[in-house]
Amino acid sequence: MQQSRAVSRSERNWGSGFDITGMASRGTFDEIWGFGARRHARPGLEELAAWTKATSRAEFERRQGAAEQYFRDLGITFAVYGEEDSAERIIPFDIVPRIFTATEWASLSEGLVQRVEALNAFLKDIYGPQRILADGIIPPELIFTNPQYCIPASAARPPHDIHAHICGIDLVRTGPDAFFVLEDNARTPSGVSYMIENREAMLRLCPELFETYPIRPVDTYNDSLFRTLVSVAPESARRDPVCVLLTPGHFNSAFYEHSFLADTMGIALVEGSDLEVDEDVVYMRTISGRVRVDVIYRRVDDDFLDPLVFRPDSMLGVAGLMSAWQAGNVTIVNAPGTGIADDKAIYSYMPEIVKYYSGGEAKLPNVETWRCREPEALKYVLDNLEQLVVKLVDGSGGYGMLVGPTASRAEIEDFRAALKAEPARYIAQPTLALSTVPTWTAKGIAPRHVDFRPFLLTGRDGITVTPGGLTRVALKEGSLVVNSSQGGGTKDSFVLMDDDAGQSRSQPQSQAPSQTQSQSPGAAR
Amino acid sequence: MSLIMLSRTAANLYWIGRYVERAEFTARLLEATIRLDSLSARPAGMGAWTSALAVASAAQGFKATGETISPMHVSRYLALDENNPSSIRSCIQTARSNARAARVALTREAWETINRAWNNLKGRTSTGGTQATLNLADQIKAEARGFEGAINRMLHSESYWFVKLGSIIERGEATARLLDVKYHLLLPEGEKVGGLIDRDQWLTLLQVVSARTAYHMLYPEGLKPWLVAEMLIFRRAMPRSLVATADEASQMLSAIAGAIGKQGQADRLARRREAALERLTIDSVFQNGLHQFLLGFIRDNNELDAAIAEQFRFT
Repeated sequence: MQQSRAVSRSERNWGSGFDITGMASRGTFDEIWGFGARRHARPGLEELAAWTKATSRAEFERRQGAAEQYFRDLGITFAVYGEEDSAERIIPFDIVPRIFTATEWASLSEGLVQRVEALNAFLKDIYGPQRILADGIIPPELIFTNPQYCIPASAARPPHDIHAHICGIDLVRTGPDAFFVLEDNARTPSGVSYMIENREAMLRLCPELFETYPIRPVDTYNDSLFRTLVSVAPESARRDPVCVLLTPGHFNSAFYEHSFLADTMGIALVEGSDLEVDEDVVYMRTISGRVRVDVIYRRVDDDFLDPLVFRPDSMLGVAGLMSAWQAGNVTIVNAPGTGIADDKAIYSYMPEIVKYYSGGEAKLPNVETWRCREPEALKYVLDNLEQLVVKLVDGSGGYGMLVGPTASRAEIEDFRAALKAEPARYIAQPTLALSTVPTWTAKGIAPRHVDFRPFLLTGRDGITVTPGGLTRVALKEGSLVVNSSQGGGTKDSFVLMDDDAGQSRSQPQSQAPSQTQSQSPGAAR
Repeated sequence: MSLIMLSRTAANLYWIGRYVERAEFTARLLEATIRLDSLSARPAGMGAWTSALAVASAAQGFKATGETISPMHVSRYLALDENNPSSIRSCIQTARSNARAARVALTREAWETINRAWNNLKGRTSTGGTQATLNLADQIKAEARGFEGAINRMLHSESYWFVKLGSIIERGEATARLLDVKYHLLLPEGEKVGGLIDRDQWLTLLQVVSARTAYHMLYPEGLKPWLVAEMLIFRRAMPRSLVATADEASQMLSAIAGAIGKQGQADRLARRREAALERLTIDSVFQNGLHQFLLGFIRDNNELDAAIAEQFRFT
């Protein structure tokens, strides 16, 4: 989970932030309590609200401890770059879930599907006829000078014209109906194992919540992913295409996720050295000889994919893979070059891109973004540095970012100089009053800011939105930085069934929590 | 397992088997050497440490450290030296790194035993005194038993067979080397076969292969060197005998062949070796020279190891 994350603001500005339009808001929206200052829960969430109050402190502590042990035993760890000693840290997990109602989810899904369709249409166009450039919607130099623009991808046409099979869309929320896309992740978005394992942990630790609420399962993701991979095999592939997951290896910070996904899908987890290309056909080396590979779900970055085309020193990739892909003999998921669609410089054009390909307005708006490459925007940004979040166009993981409201004077001046020197490398956004969710802290339950990453799969037969996602929470009081590398944690994200489905639910989750009744006397039922 | 196993995974599993077996064998060797040393008057006691290095194929490596042969130096080299690729510490470290890479092919129990063994060992740099060394040996033996138990509880399929195959190949070589060192190198010039030193050495050897009780059950006539040799070469009931390891290697290879539907050079070599041992007797072995025979076995074993690597594309 090193994807980049947003904005941060200090506690002194708490509650008086700007909403997306820059107008003073009514304070911070809480996902359970709304704007209601912990008096009246939002409709439908009364029981969860009561649960957070009724569950005793000791019980919360016991469950938090059990959750931590659960993740440690599983070995779900991540590495923080630049920290020697942290090779096997776990991401803190908070047991208070965030909830989406069925209605919220339905409208959110529509916006997400529209967004992902547009991302794929854009990629097909950019690596094809480039109509969007000819029509003057996007400045061509933004594409052609962009390191994410992958020239070899122009020579290929991926099966079924799908480039970004797996997308994670990072959303933030500032009010009941106010969702914004903070970032698109169209390369190899990580975090989906947390979505599934967090649910497993919740089923064990808080079974009573699953009796209170009809919750849609998330462990359908593995099946959906497998079906997606199979569906995008090259036309020439046999009836049961061989799919593999290509990992950089067990030293990679997301290795747990790679092995988890390969394992649950029942596909081979391969490293570059397990694959070889012969006459533009990819094979894996097995104990019974070479086996032809049709689909590669790669968790290796473009740069390392094929030493003959990209970085020649890469030991992680497979020599000849790109040429096999261009020949149409193998599907690479996601296709090389998808980085051009989630690049931060392109991000600011997403509303135009969605409109261009879908013909309608974007259902999910962007966070307002100033492109510092434009002189007027640069002037505004320089004049308002104290209130803005400034990001490197090609930075990630919360590194290379200025958070105006919490930055020191010296930091601001450093960024000012950097901005003036190379304005095109930066964008700026307002500091948003991100929504909060009640979270267990050393001082009891307190609001903490969250974001949300749902995962969308695009296969031959359309888009699948798994009802759930990864909620990341900034555990430090007032912090808006949710990155795991910056002290963020995660929560489970419940998507409720709609009422009809709720009443007739027969199997809300593959593991019905009936045998594991809660020990908690204070828990709401 | 419906999946076809990757060659790299098979190699990882095979080497986990070899390294855990080697770590355990070295632990037993240390334990028995300490015993022999304390039983014998010097300089025969020192000879125990020289021969321990020979059995572990570590004489050259130890010489390169420039240290003198002493109980402390040799046990540290065999147990913990990071520059000795076959020290117990290095074996467990390599086994753990292989296990990590092949994590999905192992059960959680099997992974945990290896991981725990490494966690207990990684901070150690000194063996301490004799007692501490014995404790370390005990700990390694217990962990190796735990690992073997976990492996035996796994589904008997490719993963299991490759781990087993690795440990069997390792075990055969260790037994052959142990016997060879005893016969060829150990007895000081002028010392009588059947003398007191000789007897202690044979008992020590039996202890290394955890066969003292077994020996007395099989051979009520008492300790006779040729009977020990017979037991360690020909007794099928003795899990560390050369015959038993040769049989088991064939079985593991046929199990794998049955699962993937083809055989190769390794299968042929293993069967040939099994059949050749079948035709031999202890008398013919002694007539033609035990040393020659054991060298031949080690050579065949290495050839089989290479054929396995080739057949399953380990590299």
